[in-house]
Amino acid sequence: MELGLDVDDSRSPHTVLAVKGEVDVYTAPRLREKLVDLVSQGHRQIVVDLDGVDFLDSTGLGVLVGGLKRLRSNGGDLSLVCTQARILKVFEITGMTTVFSISASVDEATAN
Amino acid sequence: MDLSLELAVPSRTEYIAVVRLIVSSLVSARRTVAEERIDDLKLAVSEACTNAIEANAAAGQDQPVVVKVWEAPERLEVCIADSGSGFDPDVLPEHPPVTDPERLNFERGLGIPLIRNLVDAVRFESSPAGTAVWMTLFGGPAVDGGDETAEILRVVLSDDH
Repeated sequence: MELGLDVDDSRSPHTVLAVKGEVDVYTAPRLREKLVDLVSQGHRQIVVDLDGVDFLDSTGLGVLVGGLKRLRSNGGDLSLVCTQARILKVFEITGMTTVFSISASVDEATAN
Repeated sequence: MDLSLELAVPSRTEYIAVVRLIVSSLVSARRTVAEERIDDLKLAVSEACTNAIEANAAAGQDQPVVVKVWEAPERLEVCIADSGSGFDPDVLPEHPPVTDPERLNFERGLGIPLIRNLVDAVRFESSPAGTAVWMTLFGGPAVDGGDETAEILRVVLSDDH
């Protein structure tokens, strides 16, 4: 099972990480690695685009929480793009909609 | 209840996607439940499999994870069982509220709260020989158009979580 992780750094100061596929305990380590790499390369405003994600479980959510924490402790931020009800539901049930800034499009997320 | 699926899956994380796919395909083919409910079950099954694999690994067990699907006229039950050393489902670590910055230090432990939210009923049978998680989804067989019954049962029976 492949997890697509495409980085677009043409929207400075934002870096957009588009995730595609299913994020679970098997694939989540790749997402974590990518976020850690981006932070260590100096990216500080990361937008994770989840609109290509078909499935996200609590492990995937945990990786996003970890990424947010890493960025905030480095003076940055991590925000999300998500319009799919079934993915948003995971954030709603766990109360994470109040922790993450969630936008409806990459344009909206990178507007400020 | 009739057993309609029994699957012994290697206790490795790459198989969770397969279990999700098999269980959700079976439910969408055989039951009258909304697409959204199948997504809920898919997530709950994934969380339970993750916990089962972690429990086996923690106990040094290389036994498979056993997945069973049982069907009754008004409901379907999915059982995910491991051979780990068991746990007390009533004593789970508390997370700080999401408004507390400390909350960001907790990346794990959301699986069981999610399962409780996603399915109509859940019960844990845990002993030092392993844990079985039983998850119920109400909804009649596909031919009966049982969605209305499912709604009524959900309201009447699912107040235990």
